Amino acid sequence: MTPVLELRGITKRFPGVLANDHIDLTLEQGTIHALLGENGAGKTTLMNILYGLYKPDEGEIFVNGEPFQVRSPSDAIARGIGMVHQHFMLIPVFTVTENVMLGEESLKPGGFLDRETAAKRIREISIQYGLEVNPDSYIKDLPVGVQQRVEIIKLLYRNANILIFDEPTAVLTPQEADELFEIMRSLTAQGKSIIFITHKLREVLEVADIITVIRRGKVIGSVLPSEADQSKLASMMVGREVKLELEKEPARPKETILKVENLIVTDETHQVAVDGVSFEVREGEILGIAGVQGNGQTELVEAVTGMRDVEDGKVFLIGKEVTHAVPRKFTEAGTAHIPEDRQRDGLVLPFPVMENLMLCTYYQPPFAKGAIIQWEYVMQNATRLVQEYDIRTPSIFTAAGSLSGGNQQKVIVARELSRPIHLLVAAQPTRGLDVGSIEYIHSQILKRRDEGVAVLLVSTELDEIMQLSDRIAVMYRGKITATVSAEEATKELIGLLMAGVPLEEARLQIHKQTTQSETIGGAN
Amino acid sequence: MTSNSEEPKKPGVGQIFLEELNNQFKPPKKDDKKKGVASQTLLIPLLAVITGLIIGGIFIILTTEQVYAAFGQSFGAGLAAAWDAVSKAYSGLFTGAFGDPARMIAALQSGDSLQIRRAFNPILESLVTSTPYIFAGLAVALGFRAGVFNIGAEGQIFIGAITATFVGYSVTGLPGIIHVPLALLAGAAGGAMWGFIPGWLKAKTGGHEVINTIMMNYIAFRLSDFLLTGPMKRPGSFNPVSPEILPSAWLPRFFPDPIRFHLGFFIALGIAYLVYWYLFKTTWGFELRTVGTNPNAAKYAGMNVTKNIVLAMSLSGALAGLAGANEVLGVNRNLAMAFSSGYGFDSIALALLGNNHPLGVVLASLLFGTLRSGATRMQLTAGIPNDIISILQAVILAFIAAPAIIRTIYRLRKPTVEEAGVTIRGWGG
Repeated sequence: MTPVLELRGITKRFPGVLANDHIDLTLEQGTIHALLGENGAGKTTLMNILYGLYKPDEGEIFVNGEPFQVRSPSDAIARGIGMVHQHFMLIPVFTVTENVMLGEESLKPGGFLDRETAAKRIREISIQYGLEVNPDSYIKDLPVGVQQRVEIIKLLYRNANILIFDEPTAVLTPQEADELFEIMRSLTAQGKSIIFITHKLREVLEVADIITVIRRGKVIGSVLPSEADQSKLASMMVGREVKLELEKEPARPKETILKVENLIVTDETHQVAVDGVSFEVREGEILGIAGVQGNGQTELVEAVTGMRDVEDGKVFLIGKEVTHAVPRKFTEAGTAHIPEDRQRDGLVLPFPVMENLMLCTYYQPPFAKGAIIQWEYVMQNATRLVQEYDIRTPSIFTAAGSLSGGNQQKVIVARELSRPIHLLVAAQPTRGLDVGSIEYIHSQILKRRDEGVAVLLVSTELDEIMQLSDRIAVMYRGKITATVSAEEATKELIGLLMAGVPLEEARLQIHKQTTQSETIGGAN
Repeated sequence: MTSNSEEPKKPGVGQIFLEELNNQFKPPKKDDKKKGVASQTLLIPLLAVITGLIIGGIFIILTTEQVYAAFGQSFGAGLAAAWDAVSKAYSGLFTGAFGDPARMIAALQSGDSLQIRRAFNPILESLVTSTPYIFAGLAVALGFRAGVFNIGAEGQIFIGAITATFVGYSVTGLPGIIHVPLALLAGAAGGAMWGFIPGWLKAKTGGHEVINTIMMNYIAFRLSDFLLTGPMKRPGSFNPVSPEILPSAWLPRFFPDPIRFHLGFFIALGIAYLVYWYLFKTTWGFELRTVGTNPNAAKYAGMNVTKNIVLAMSLSGALAGLAGANEVLGVNRNLAMAFSSGYGFDSIALALLGNNHPLGVVLASLLFGTLRSGATRMQLTAGIPNDIISILQAVILAFIAAPAIIRTIYRLRKPTVEEAGVTIRGWGG
């Protein structure tokens, strides 16, 4: 059978970088082909070529066996290729129907929009593929998972046969991701073909029919999920052995370091973002804060590091009240902070690595004597940290902005962890990083815990929370709705809590599911 | 007073210095990681100057009537006339700026001190013209480093000149060793106050410093008009001019008249080194640069962002105030209306041309000072209006502000990060 899509020898050069190096890819009809690779491996470049956004330097594209010259996204759409972007292209104040119709409006005589016909087709599509959605809802009222379905419907409405999903699960709760996988399977069952771009190992094994791994612009190989496991895929992605499971000893928590009582914090628009939160973190333990992005985690982290003022409630650090203290006070009391947005808060990108490595304590000896910066020591310190933390940089004089994301993050980690600390506040410490860097940063966080540092870990990556935390608190709409121990925490339970289900009900649901599956298993 | 010891030449400085010159103020774009390397940092201003001279030449040709007449005769004659006009203009510019080498040698051989002084006067006069540019350029550059755009240098120059003049004529009975520094300090303080106000407004109310410094300029101009026609008017004079500054407050000149070359030039170099030291050697300067480059990170690092903005505006104002004080104490010896010919506005250009680095500012100021002082001579000898210098300066600046044009003309490639990395690794063996 002719493959629906074939890429042959696609090569794309950017000045100084070979983004795609003779990539071959074959998509068979009715399958999900996963494209797995680290950030910067060239996945997105390849898909942008297929979608007509970039012109390849070499190589050919065939659709249903015919050569296909793609000059713009409209060419791609005309040939039945559609893309679900990571960031949705929807207009919040329009209804589902209006968004789907946009650019493909069906008209009634006299030039009026024919919403009824469009809505009818949307209903047909949603029934056919199991994409539950009400055509009359406004986008702004829909949860993220449903918005994504609208994006898919948009493509199907335009008769797309080849669907490209670019990191589709990044914005979803685990349950929503599972639902998406169901939808993807139902699409392929009815003859659609899917390219699934991701860097998440678990997901490809769960949903893909075939997995192609890309590293540094080259195809490393294709494997069937039945023949692969996570560590094999990880080592293909990174090019070396990767430890996925962290060896973690049980925590030995001691004194309370950070204590937060009834904290209320508002965001930029003066809306309450953190609504009466209380918790404590003790020496030698990691408290993970799980939650879908935008549930108050950012404001919480800023409040317990002095970056944002508190409306009400109290913050104690090693027994002392620091509720309205400025960031420097936290630093001097032994707080390290890995900020959520490393480029905005954590680094001065045009400054050299060595200056970024002294950013929080530049005014203290031995970095400075009085007001005079001791550049000799600054250079020594930078040279040592670059080596110790394996920061890949041409030199300590290189601007931090020209390092890769992983190495930028390592600069922050090195700076924050290289001084004596009692508390580590790590917000999204591995967002957007490659497997190798994630592994490294996780091991560093665990090492500090074992040395007796109290760690507050905030992450929207459930895997990260599950791997590192000793206790997990779930934030939902500004409140901590539940705190569970690492032993009790399962992906399903945390997922339900993240979606706002109360703890008791979530436990009950999971209990039901397990008993149900046991009964079914028994009956068979 | 020796200036050499204050030049940034100490060992250990060089490495950081070069890095600073390369890295600062080129925030990488997120989607475009390409950045300049060392050679281009110096190459682009140089090419901009050369291109400016070429385009200036075209304007000279276009505005010379003889060239049109010659082209009417024959093409060859036209070309010759064009070449003649340009070379006459630029050689006039050169001798106007640096002096006539033949005359210098002759004067030295004759040993006549008056001859020597006259022969060397052009180059010294260029330094005199450069001096206020250095102060004002440093003022704007320091502001840029802190992320504030001080358009108010001109107003701060006026206020600095007013306060320095006032101390210069009203305080009597002091020896020069006290009176001169006092008058300079008064100038710096006046400028600092004029910079502090918009800085404070920005920090406290968010009022944009560009608007507020422009408004402060108008206040300064009118204030100086008022003072010169009222309280500070020279008694018995019909002109709006201040009383003569007392000789004890004059910046000492090194040679007898007509050579005006004075101590201010060396003070400017000293201040340039101080600004360099402040920005790159002290924690205060590190804070200022961090606040200017990424205020969020500055806050994260525990720095007081608002304090630094107010401080930077005040320091910037103080430097501009010194430019004004320098002019009245060193050159004019009184304060007249509209005494500053736009030094404060040109200084924005100087800061950009000098990449906001003190050394760069000094070099750019010397360039502008020589162009300005040479232009007068060019007008005399070649009959070329000295407005051509304004065109030349404008063209240079346009190219500095838009380096992409220079890259396109000279087919310079934007060096990529990866290549830069390879080069550096290559050196390491």
